[in-house]
Amino acid sequence: MNYFLTEEQQMIRDLARKIAEEKVAPRAAEFDEAEEFPWDLIKILAESGLFGVWVPEEYGGLGGGVFEQCLVVEELSRACGAVAVSYAASALGGFPILLFGTGEQKRKCMPDIASGAKLAAFALTEPDAGSDASNIRTTAKRDGDHYILNGTKQWITNGGEAEIYTVIATIDPSRGARGMTAFIVEKGTPGFEFGKKEKKMGIRASATRELIFQDCRVPAANMLEREGKGFIVAMRTFDRTRPGVAAQAVGIAQGALDRVAKYATERVQFGKRIAEFQAIEHMIADMATQVEAARALVYATARMIDAGERDFSREASMAKVFASDVAMRVTTDAVQIFGGYGYMRDYPVEKMMRDAKITQIYEGTNQIQRSIIGSAVIKQAMRRP
Amino acid sequence: MNVAVLIKQVPETTDVKISRETNTLMREGVASIINPFDMYAIEEALRIREQHGGKVTVITMGPPQAEEALRQALALGADDAVLLSDRAFAGADTLATSYTLARAIEKLGGFDLVICGKQAMDGDTAQVGPEVAENLDLPHVTYVRRIEELSPDHMRVQRMIEEGYEVIESPIPALITVVKEINEPRMPSIKRMLRAKKAAITSWTAADLGADESRIGLTGSPTRVIRVFTPEQRRAGEILEGETVQEKVRSLVAKLKETHLV
Ligand SMILES: Cc1cc2nc3c(=O)[nH]c(=O)nc-3n(C[C@H](O)[C@H](O)[C@H](O)COP(=O)(O)OP(=O)(O)OC[C@H]3O[C@@H](n4cnc5c(N)ncnc54)[C@H](O)[C@@H]3O)c2cc1C
Repeated sequence: MNYFLTEEQQMIRDLARKIAEEKVAPRAAEFDEAEEFPWDLIKILAESGLFGVWVPEEYGGLGGGVFEQCLVVEELSRACGAVAVSYAASALGGFPILLFGTGEQKRKCMPDIASGAKLAAFALTEPDAGSDASNIRTTAKRDGDHYILNGTKQWITNGGEAEIYTVIATIDPSRGARGMTAFIVEKGTPGFEFGKKEKKMGIRASATRELIFQDCRVPAANMLEREGKGFIVAMRTFDRTRPGVAAQAVGIAQGALDRVAKYATERVQFGKRIAEFQAIEHMIADMATQVEAARALVYATARMIDAGERDFSREASMAKVFASDVAMRVTTDAVQIFGGYGYMRDYPVEKMMRDAKITQIYEGTNQIQRSIIGSAVIKQAMRRP
Repeated sequence: MNVAVLIKQVPETTDVKISRETNTLMREGVASIINPFDMYAIEEALRIREQHGGKVTVITMGPPQAEEALRQALALGADDAVLLSDRAFAGADTLATSYTLARAIEKLGGFDLVICGKQAMDGDTAQVGPEVAENLDLPHVTYVRRIEELSPDHMRVQRMIEEGYEVIESPIPALITVVKEINEPRMPSIKRMLRAKKAAITSWTAADLGADESRIGLTGSPTRVIRVFTPEQRRAGEILEGETVQEKVRSLVAKLKETHLV
């Protein structure tokens, strides 16, 4: 489908595709197998300037928005979901600073995030606070012009590799969401250490790690917004980054479809290319249709956000839920069409199926997304006379 | 250290079609790219600039569309780009091409180093580099796989040969052609791509170069392509075994008789 990208958007997409095909794809299996963070590839992405597509020009970025960020994530995901999420998580860590930071905070952090000189990360989840984010137990206590952080964050993408962390703590656990407060914490701050690195089912080259805060003194100047605004910071950020997760899902699904379309014309059984069996042909038709529908929803949502719409939580959730469910179905069918070969690690589709699964879980599980969408629809219905 | 890189725009395919009527390459309908070997030349020039300062100028001779190749080179980081484009240049063989390129290098005031890819993917002659050097009366080294040393007046390079490499020292200014072993070309950056799109590109005609009309284009090209064909695969040779020279000679003579060669 022709989405009538601007010339600049086409250039961004083409460059991301070139890097994905020439640099990422040949090494995706190797990094996955080794569960090794793909620093070489991150460096190439940094030099290409693609980390800055969504960052305003005054902070060294390209001045694009969520849509440009989605185009890059999608292309990278066609080659490797893990490289894509490592790229995307930097935006997840950076958006809160861009949206809620003071001029000073933005001038300090954004140029390095835009150039890719530093990776960013976002830390909300804890052992007992997943979907129920307001149940976090990492505390921030005011002490003069500092806050003292104590607690453990879990499953933080880019953990250990990133330099800049947006951390959500609570100034008072009894206040729930209203106690949550966001801070910028730099790697190397005394009292800030990294715990265990997870072994995962998919996106294995990406780093998912524990952050440990022990009497970690963070300057009050690093607080984002005000005390008690952390929940809002997190939710407004997710509204902008969920389309990115959706783009990751579209990319993974497209990658699987690309492989399947080729394989089905090569594999011969019963003296015929398997693409000639209508059962296979129709599966491919459904896969292609679902991927296109998901892409259309993601692009429309991203463009709506960039155009300045004020409330887009519902659409961001729709894009994320729809695209990630499509990715799971399409990659599962891709393995099916590859048959036994699809189940083997020598072929790329089993990795895509493993990588697709996470898009239904992180940045809010699909159950949580459906709750957001459902309650928005119902609220709107009740407002009408 | 000012470096010139000579690049060529080629069709993005390894199976080039050849027109039966004119015996020249058919370009229609195929996307164009920078000759892949020239990418290594550009990369090496950028690395030299990063280490020694100076400027990187890319030069190409070609139709107006070749400007796109120059923009790609600018997106990789080249400072200046010069397009040599004129109807009168059309049909040039390597002799006329190298004469034309040499005139441009002279007009630009010369460089400390001129770098070319080892050969063009479509023509495959590997002649233009050395011929440019001859036109400019510069020393040249072909198939360079590493620059070991580069100082304001001399260089030491490794030249790839079939079974290893030679180390060659030469004064500079000089011209080198490079092989793919020399480096790994970088990716363009999106900001430079955007800038390159708008960059002004110098375009020179034969008149601008003050070129001798009898030495450019088809007129200046003595090469006539009689026939284009894929050479027959050479069969593997045979090494004759034997204890003594006499024995080996005897078996060689026997073989020659056997195949009716003597
Ligand atoms: C690889 C990976 C990377 C991650 N990266 C980050 C990161 O960078 N930063 C970060 O902060 N977090 C990160 N996370 C955490 C992720 O966002 C959470 O895992 C996710 O929000 C779900 O929380 P949970 O795993 O605790 O599941 P739970 O909340 O325990 O959910 C368990 C199940 O119950 C369902 N459920 C829970 N509550 C409800 C409800 N109210 N209604 C209906 N169903 C419900 C869920 O949908 C799910 O199916 C990452 C996780 C993974 C696996």
